[in-house]
Amino acid sequence: MSDTPNDGLRGELSKHGVFTTTLEGIHNWGRRNSVWPLQFGLACCAIEMIATSMARYDLARFGAEVFRPSPRQADLMIVAGTVTKKMAPQVVRLYNQMPEPKYVIAMGACAISGGPFKQGYNVLKGIDRYLPVDVHIPGCPPRPEALIHAFMTLQRQIDAQSLKGEDRPRHLRAEADSEFPVPTFGPKDLSPSSNPNTWVPPKVSRKG
Amino acid sequence: MSESPYWFLALFALAAFGFAVMPLCLARLWAISFSPQKPGPDKNATYECGLQAKGDAWVQFKAEYYLYGIIFLVFDVEAIFLLPFAVAFSELPFAAFLAILLFVFLIVEGLAWAWAKGILNWR
Repeated sequence: MSDTPNDGLRGELSKHGVFTTTLEGIHNWGRRNSVWPLQFGLACCAIEMIATSMARYDLARFGAEVFRPSPRQADLMIVAGTVTKKMAPQVVRLYNQMPEPKYVIAMGACAISGGPFKQGYNVLKGIDRYLPVDVHIPGCPPRPEALIHAFMTLQRQIDAQSLKGEDRPRHLRAEADSEFPVPTFGPKDLSPSSNPNTWVPPKVSRKG
Repeated sequence: MSESPYWFLALFALAAFGFAVMPLCLARLWAISFSPQKPGPDKNATYECGLQAKGDAWVQFKAEYYLYGIIFLVFDVEAIFLLPFAVAFSELPFAAFLAILLFVFLIVEGLAWAWAKGILNWR
């Protein structure tokens, strides 16, 4: 948005008190300042998420104070805490039930990798195995400042999205799926154990 | 027609209609030109806190409370109306007596209904 040829003209006009914008710019401005998170927490990270939304850290400054109890009205899924394999299908289904455009913040060590419970038989080793995560926050648990930082990162990502063109985001492309396959309980593990379209296992290379 | 003082009401009605319909049309236009609609089996499913819904949302609720509502009317509200009726009984004209009789009849009908439904039995 900042490197269009009209940028100089826009700056010149704003000096004279004339405000101009683009459809894309005002669309992204509206979207990034009204991201409503889904109200659900999975473990202790949720306590930090609650603290972020309260008066001391005040997520309302970023237009995100309206935690919605229904996925039908939510834009952002903050996966705050350990995702057990029993909970993973529900999390994916809730994500599927959210309307587009929708974003995911994986909050804390557990949500991004399984964290201290990674070796547990019942712990999903990162929600990015099933969902397209936009922002990962490390930490155990991350402080509210870290969640606010992740939120501002997401706002910058939204601001950089374009309405038209080949690099437009997933929710504007008709051929891209809106729903992600919900895993089911297999005999040993969740099946499928990951969604190959959103997650590829990292290559381990041992030398020497 | 041009002298009618109410022509602006039609204008207001038109504006109100446009005020309601225009955002819907704009949203539809936005969906057509930019953001494709993506319904799916999960998104259209009944919301059940992330769990798979059993059955659909069109279940029939049993509104059995109405029987207790009738009993409440019979024994509580009727008493409130019967007390001033009894106090003013000797000075009442005949029409008022008929009216209150009709009222008592309606209430007693409710009592008979509740009795027939069997909710007066102690279980």
